[in-house]
Amino acid sequence: MRRVLVPAVFLLFACAGGDQGGGAAESEDAAGGMTSTGPMGQATVSGMVRFDGAAPANPTIDMSEEPTCAEKYEGPPTDPQAVVNNGMLGNVFVYVKSGLPDGASYSPPSTPVVLDQEGCLYHPRVFGVMVGQTVEIRNSDALLHNIKAVPTANRGFNISQPQAGMTTNRTFNTAEIMVPFECNVHGWMRAYTGVTTHPFYATSGEDGAFTIQGLPAGEYVLEAWHELFGTRETTVTVPESGSVSVEFTFSPSAS
Amino acid sequence: MDWTLTPGVTTYAADIDRLYYLILVITGIAFVVVEVALIWFLIQYRGRPGRRAHYTHGSIRAEIVWTSVPAVVVVMIGVLSGGVWNHIRGRDSIPPDALPVAVAAKQFEWNVTYAGVDGQLGSDDDFTLRNELRVPTERPVVVHLTAEDVIHSFFVPDFRVKQDAVPGMNILVWFQVIEPGEYPLACAELCGLGHYRMEARVVALQPDEYDRWVAEQSNQNVASR
Amino acid sequence: MATTAATFDQVSHANVDTRSFLRKYVFSTDHKTIGIQFLILSLFFLAVGGLLAMMMRWQLGFPGQAMPGGGVLPDTMAPGGILLPEFYNALVSMHGTFMVFFAIMPLLVGVFANFLIPLKIGAPDMAFPRLNMASFWIAVPAGLLMMAGFFVEGGAAGAGWTMYVPLSADPEYSGVSAGQTLWCMSIAVLGLSSILGSTNYITTIINLRAPGMGWFRMPLSIWALFITAILTVLAIPILSGAAIMLLFDQTLGTHFFLPAEGGQPLLWQHLFWFFGHPEVYILILPAMGMVSDVIANGSRKPIFGYHSMVFAIMAIGFLGWIVWGHHMFQSGMNPTLGMSFMISTLLIAVPSAIKTFNWLGTMWRGNIRFHVPMLHAIAFVAMFVIGGLSGVFMASTPVDIYIHDTYFIVAHIHYVLFGGSLFAIFAGIVFWYPKMFGRMMSESWGKVHFFLTFVFYNLTFFPMHQLGLGGHMRRIYDPTEYEFLQPLQGMNQFISISAFLLFATQIIFAANFILSWFRGKKVSENPWEDTGLEWTTPSPAPHGNWPTTPTVYQAPYEFSHPQEQTKDFVMQTDKLPTTSPAGGPADR
Repeated sequence: MRRVLVPAVFLLFACAGGDQGGGAAESEDAAGGMTSTGPMGQATVSGMVRFDGAAPANPTIDMSEEPTCAEKYEGPPTDPQAVVNNGMLGNVFVYVKSGLPDGASYSPPSTPVVLDQEGCLYHPRVFGVMVGQTVEIRNSDALLHNIKAVPTANRGFNISQPQAGMTTNRTFNTAEIMVPFECNVHGWMRAYTGVTTHPFYATSGEDGAFTIQGLPAGEYVLEAWHELFGTRETTVTVPESGSVSVEFTFSPSAS
Repeated sequence: MDWTLTPGVTTYAADIDRLYYLILVITGIAFVVVEVALIWFLIQYRGRPGRRAHYTHGSIRAEIVWTSVPAVVVVMIGVLSGGVWNHIRGRDSIPPDALPVAVAAKQFEWNVTYAGVDGQLGSDDDFTLRNELRVPTERPVVVHLTAEDVIHSFFVPDFRVKQDAVPGMNILVWFQVIEPGEYPLACAELCGLGHYRMEARVVALQPDEYDRWVAEQSNQNVASR
Repeated sequence: MATTAATFDQVSHANVDTRSFLRKYVFSTDHKTIGIQFLILSLFFLAVGGLLAMMMRWQLGFPGQAMPGGGVLPDTMAPGGILLPEFYNALVSMHGTFMVFFAIMPLLVGVFANFLIPLKIGAPDMAFPRLNMASFWIAVPAGLLMMAGFFVEGGAAGAGWTMYVPLSADPEYSGVSAGQTLWCMSIAVLGLSSILGSTNYITTIINLRAPGMGWFRMPLSIWALFITAILTVLAIPILSGAAIMLLFDQTLGTHFFLPAEGGQPLLWQHLFWFFGHPEVYILILPAMGMVSDVIANGSRKPIFGYHSMVFAIMAIGFLGWIVWGHHMFQSGMNPTLGMSFMISTLLIAVPSAIKTFNWLGTMWRGNIRFHVPMLHAIAFVAMFVIGGLSGVFMASTPVDIYIHDTYFIVAHIHYVLFGGSLFAIFAGIVFWYPKMFGRMMSESWGKVHFFLTFVFYNLTFFPMHQLGLGGHMRRIYDPTEYEFLQPLQGMNQFISISAFLLFATQIIFAANFILSWFRGKKVSENPWEDTGLEWTTPSPAPHGNWPTTPTVYQAPYEFSHPQEQTKDFVMQTDKLPTTSPAGGPADR
């Protein structure tokens, strides 16, 4: 666990559609020393992720032999692999792939990202985290969950939380799109995190909407990632201030 | 200290238990003879002033007796055990009409794939359940046991069944249940941090009830993952 | 005896010990010092192994509850004092590893082979004293490497002391990486230490016996250590090789055992147990040998059936090589092999039975002295019988289907290794303490320690037979997860409390051991009135052991000889009216 010894940078707000990531980076001077937050802008990139075609049916989860979780659901629970509502796709991770000024470096916020295990599912399923930022893994189920991260560029881990209320903190040291999490006790459980060196990312909500704030003016390549449907790229020109729109469209072919 | 076993519910459980009780009696007798002799000697031959030990280097006859008696006894145990072992695990031990079911062990779940209505594994009407093994009574069942990651062990105490599941191997384990009911299946080989919680439920149903259930499940085609 | 002492005093001025402190106590080539160094090292690791067991027993007795004192452990092991399952697996694995490799084996072999062999065969030291010193100093870093596992990311190796592949070879499955590497390295290094030591023991026994010390005049402790050394030198390289192959699979991408690229998980088991079974005879034979010496002494009688005892040791040593498959009856190994391994396993009960009856025969019509070593030796016989008889159940392949990987096996292991080996070790330490340190351990505290240990030991391990018969699996972090095990939980708690009391009792032994070093009653050469060669030299034995090589005239256990009426023992160096000239056959 590495703690970056720089003043805290905060990721904040909920944009329309959910409390997924993204946000302005405010620099806060914790120790009275120098701040090392990278270049920020005033603009807002807002976007939509569309889904073009028939949504595949999400598989039903057989939780019959795990009553502690099963009783948290009305009917048989489904695994939300494809979140499609009115032609819009949720749980798509959007991030800046290239275009940031050379040498720009951003400090990770001191607030952790919380990954909760509740009802034998990960919440959130898809999220972003910065290099060096703490992921606080929480067990809200009164049973054993095993958290296994299987990254390729980072160091993985395979740990357990046998009781409700246990929390474990982990950080990632290298940018990676995406790091999968799985629980070996409940083989359907999946979560994915995009580890970035900058704060310019977001996850689309159930309505397909996402917002990335604070990008400096310039030309960028944005990538959108979905666990089933692959990746899409687009370029966007971000103004000095104001808003610019972006759209991605996914279709039902396997990634 | 209770040396009795809860009776097993498969056709060969009684054979195994009979061997257990035989060995219990034989070792029990040996235990009593040795420990009583020991205690007796310690009391009878405790050192007292004026006494002297009896000077001897041994007795060939005693050696012969207490070499041959144990040897005969253990060989007998071996021969009797061999018959039962051959019946359970021998080359031609698997009944040809046994119902196949695939049990895939993984960290830390049992994924059970049923042959469906056609009774063939690998066909379209197969379905998979998590941590639930249902079998019919009165008919032999053969488990096709595999492991996805590390070694696990398929242990149903009431069936007197235990077989390691080894990655890279497909091992056949057969049994025939006599008594319908619910029985625990536990993993009996350390397989990681979730080993202690790798439990499944085995449900033995009367044959017609089992067939009805299979048909129902085949139609629903419940997938666990 | 007076003559010998005078001669020694005259000569000792000529043989002045000019070694520096470092050469005398640290980098010593004197087999006795090396034996004592191994004693301190192994007692330390015995305590470590015991401590690990206490943590395991806490979790088993009181699952999921915060352990008293657990707050000192980091969150990766026990957040809020609650042991994590992966830490529990590491505890289980390291308890077994430390106890087998760093406690029992060095206590029996590193300590007693080193200390006793030259003294009991009449040699001034081992054949290769510097190699002997190397053997100890190589064991030390091996121990440090093993301890280091607890301090690295991912924790110590947690795949059982048996380290079955693939769990041990793939960090993705276990969450352990550096810890496993350290285990493999430690085992390879320790293996080197064992091989060097054993080479020495074999050579010394073959070549350096004093005149008159024919093969069949050697005490059984030496016979046992001799056969053990042969087993060691043949078996340990297999383990070292396997550990290195495992290390390569884990770190270098080879696939000796990993199935993904065609490796065989069962190969690891075959290699491990081909070593592992001779290993368990390495862990019991020296114990049996020492117990024979002590029982003869305590009974004031020759060992009953000395020649049979020697052949039984050889038979155990030989048969031990062809039984390894009994650890693998349920492994997926060809069931036909199950038959052959069952037969050989059942047969190996026979030489053990022979030895048991011969010990009883030794006590029969004896004049028994219940000194502390004798108490432990008697307990050895009583407990080893239980361990051996429980083995018969497992030898029967169909019964093994039910009891394999249950607590019935754990009961068996602990009856032979604790009830057997450890009680013999206690006997040996107390018996040869005066020869090591020149003082006696306290007899009364020794008896208190013995009785409490005996009681708490049985209360801890006997109920494990019942757990196993109830289907209680091994290496289970929380048995209450299984409904069918819940009725046995009370017994788990009882066992845990007995175990805590058992561990606490060992404080008495530790205190006795340490305090007697400074305050124990000083003694002369032969406080136990024993017949062995080591008791013809002062206590503690001086560097070089004797001023001149002794000559042996007698068999090893000539107690209560009718021609010696003033005392009830004849030393191996004593002459009797009917004694044949030096080098002749043993009097029978």
